[in-house]
Amino acid sequence: MIALLIFLIPLLGGIISFVAGAGKKAAHTVFVLSTGALLALTLLGMTSWDQPALQRFSAIWLSSLGSSFSLALLPLGKVLCLLTAIVYFLLALYMTNKVVDRPAAFYGWLLLAQAGMMGVFLAMDALLFYFFWELALIPMYFLCSIWGGPRRIAVTFKFFVYTFLGSVLLLAGLIYLQSLTPEKSFALDAILKLKLTTAQQSWLLWLVLPAFAIKLPLFPFHTWQPDTYEEAPTPVTAVLSAVMVKMGILGLLRWLLPFFPIAAYQWGDVIMGLAVGGIVYASLIAWRQDDLKRLVAYSSIAHIGLMGAAAFAANTLAIQGLCFQLFAHGINILGMWLLVDLIERNLGTRKISELGGLAQHSPTLTLFMIIIALANIALPLTNGFVGELLMFTGLLATKSNYYWVLAAVAGLGIILSAVYTLGMIRSVFYGERNAVTGKPVLVSVPEQLVLFVIVLLVLFFGLFPQPLLDMTKEYAEQLFSQVDISYLFRKF
Amino acid sequence: MNALLVSALWGVVMMFGGILIKQTAVVRYLAIAGVAILLGLNLAEMQGWQLIAIDTTGMLQFDTYALLLNSILLAAVLCYLLLSGSAMEKIGANLADYLALLFFVSSGMMMVSAFESLLILFLGIEIITIPLYILTGSDKKNLKSNEASLKYFLLGAFSSGILLMGITLVYGARGSFALSGVADSIRLSSSLMIAGMLLLLIAMAFKVSAAPFHFWTPDVYDGAPTVFTSFMATVVKVAVFAAMVRLFDRSFALQQNAWQWWVAVIAGLTLFIGNITAVFQQSVKRMLAYSSIAQAGFMLLAVYAMNTTAKEGLLLYAASYSLATIGIFAVLTRMKDYSFEAFNGLAGRYPWVAASLAIFFLSLAGIPLTGGFLAKFYMIKAALGLSIGLALFALLMAVVSVYYYFRVIQAMYFKPVAQPDALAFDKSFTGLLLLVALLVVMLGLFPEWLIACLYF
Repeated sequence: MIALLIFLIPLLGGIISFVAGAGKKAAHTVFVLSTGALLALTLLGMTSWDQPALQRFSAIWLSSLGSSFSLALLPLGKVLCLLTAIVYFLLALYMTNKVVDRPAAFYGWLLLAQAGMMGVFLAMDALLFYFFWELALIPMYFLCSIWGGPRRIAVTFKFFVYTFLGSVLLLAGLIYLQSLTPEKSFALDAILKLKLTTAQQSWLLWLVLPAFAIKLPLFPFHTWQPDTYEEAPTPVTAVLSAVMVKMGILGLLRWLLPFFPIAAYQWGDVIMGLAVGGIVYASLIAWRQDDLKRLVAYSSIAHIGLMGAAAFAANTLAIQGLCFQLFAHGINILGMWLLVDLIERNLGTRKISELGGLAQHSPTLTLFMIIIALANIALPLTNGFVGELLMFTGLLATKSNYYWVLAAVAGLGIILSAVYTLGMIRSVFYGERNAVTGKPVLVSVPEQLVLFVIVLLVLFFGLFPQPLLDMTKEYAEQLFSQVDISYLFRKF
Repeated sequence: MNALLVSALWGVVMMFGGILIKQTAVVRYLAIAGVAILLGLNLAEMQGWQLIAIDTTGMLQFDTYALLLNSILLAAVLCYLLLSGSAMEKIGANLADYLALLFFVSSGMMMVSAFESLLILFLGIEIITIPLYILTGSDKKNLKSNEASLKYFLLGAFSSGILLMGITLVYGARGSFALSGVADSIRLSSSLMIAGMLLLLIAMAFKVSAAPFHFWTPDVYDGAPTVFTSFMATVVKVAVFAAMVRLFDRSFALQQNAWQWWVAVIAGLTLFIGNITAVFQQSVKRMLAYSSIAQAGFMLLAVYAMNTTAKEGLLLYAASYSLATIGIFAVLTRMKDYSFEAFNGLAGRYPWVAASLAIFFLSLAGIPLTGGFLAKFYMIKAALGLSIGLALFALLMAVVSVYYYFRVIQAMYFKPVAQPDALAFDKSFTGLLLLVALLVVMLGLFPEWLIACLYF
């Protein structure tokens, strides 16, 4: 029942926002109430209502196609739902007193996107999963195209076509899997029971992988991302990079790896190679960026690259770290985007070359920025450290002949991330003031509150990661132990 | 049978109505009432109630599939008349005659959805196309309309010849016009049979505007008055498709190996040419003409696969494609011109019209939660078991189609308007359009309401 409510609250909130949110205040109030209620419910679902009976929901829908409306709040989904609920609520607080053109539609689309993403995290049926996958995309298309920067229409369209291309291939793969199941069912459990040959696994892997690789984005599929992040309005960019890319990771972990374990191992070297290569590639580009948004965008590609590699490392440590990093990365990148937004709103520019010496007038902002940036480069005592350390250990323990190459290249990426992040801090916050940075960056009370909560989360999970690790411990241990490939060896 | 009889009769009623009644609005309401009665009678027949029992000596058989398809077609015609009926008055003085012709076309559609004999197929197709030649040229003062009509007539007559030739050869091989002749098993692959079958395939491909027999379509659809293009591109095309499925399912099931690959090639070509050419169009009307070719490519997958999924899916395709395209054309007839720029900023001025149009285009592009998605889903599912390559190719082409469908959405929502002229969207039109959009969404959420009618 909780699973259903987690999906329904943002859906209803979105519809109410469209219909009733005529004034600016009303739309924002609906947004705050809806996201607040959802956060409260999600927290309840993880603590006192943490019972299997409440966390599953199933209803008859499209049964003639072998589908059903079944949702479940499982460990991986819990982490992601919690992250989404927190990110949206913080965003709602952050948007207090901000002027948005046509607020009813803006907040309405945001909430509908949230409903779609929650659905993706909860769906236990392949067709339903695909529905939500697209339901999350359409609101983003409108959000980026209506409220974005000057090149928004072309850039967002590229984003849409890229993602849509990936999803139709995913659809083909899912339909094919369904046709193989004896009961012609789209249910996750039915597909998990399939005994696929190595050849089948291999080509199905490449049919399904692009959808998730584009969403993440992994290295050769990333070209839509920097443009879209740059042109989208910053709150939307925050949602895109903090929550939406996690749909891709969830896709890998729930809808790809358990289906095609052999192929994932066979192609693991190639995919991990692309992923860690992407880390260095994106870090080098991030280093040369002059636009703050593009810098954060490329840094996001780099971080996601490590997460993608960890997913294919196929051991408990890497998965454990990945689940933790899903949450940590979402919080950190949200902080980065909000800080960039504050600078741009106050000073009217986000060019690094035009900024400088912000620390002199805006010490609070600088303090927040430094803590969040340190978390971004995974310094100990921050949440970024826990996840990246575990993923690294996992990468070193992977059963690939090239494990040390992968780990070394990924390590280089971490060093580079320190280079560009600290370089950016130096030139934006320190050095000489100039005409643009003469005035202070004003941080209002709600904004301070939001940034304070983010910093608190960064430090809390850096010091006490255990609650979050416990949540996914069992999941990470079972993911690979439950895979049964004995049927492949029967003939010997 | 009910709808077939009454639609022919009502056509005559309309002709006399045109002489007796002078107010055009009354004539239009008479036609709308006629279609509503047809729909009612057809639904009654689905419950087993017939006006009169006629022995057709096995030449017509109104089974559940045919009746359900007829219901979908008549419902689409009803939506069409309600949305675009008033635009017909602007074409010329002979409103009653146009409507009478539409009723005759309808009776032809009822025939081709239920034929059991090749003769009835030929008769039905001719009853459909001859009124369409007239309707295409109904804008008599317009040179383009005349040219389109002549072109349609010449090429249509040619393809009818091929159709007749095919029927003759099949008759020669089989000794009967009936769809499932007695001698089938003996003369499975006689050269007469195969030649006749391929000629029939070509003729049908021409009628449904499949590549490489599609060249008449863009010119005819572009030249014809927009109201009638809407009719031709939707219900008529779907009805002929149903006939094609029925023909190859009932008549040539045993020769499936011989025609299946030809259909696959035609489907692939149609998808490719339709989608790629549509990308380059500068007029929404012409884009929709090519889009109808592209959608025909998807429907050909049903002919190719020819299994239960395909036949169920075709019903869903018929409903969602017809409704969406009729809605788009209804708006198009009320626009100042047919360029993409004419749609600029529509969302700001007419939010509900724009929202409905967006739903229609999303449905045509095959985005989930619309009928168009599930229709494509059925087609892909049907074809995937036979040929993964063709199914993947169709999906890639669906991605291409996003390009031209979304151009209109982009214009409506993201581009500012140059000069805001008032457009003729009154309250009742907007309400109806929204209702049709809602239907398209309902088809995407609960297709079983439609499909279940086949079995209960």
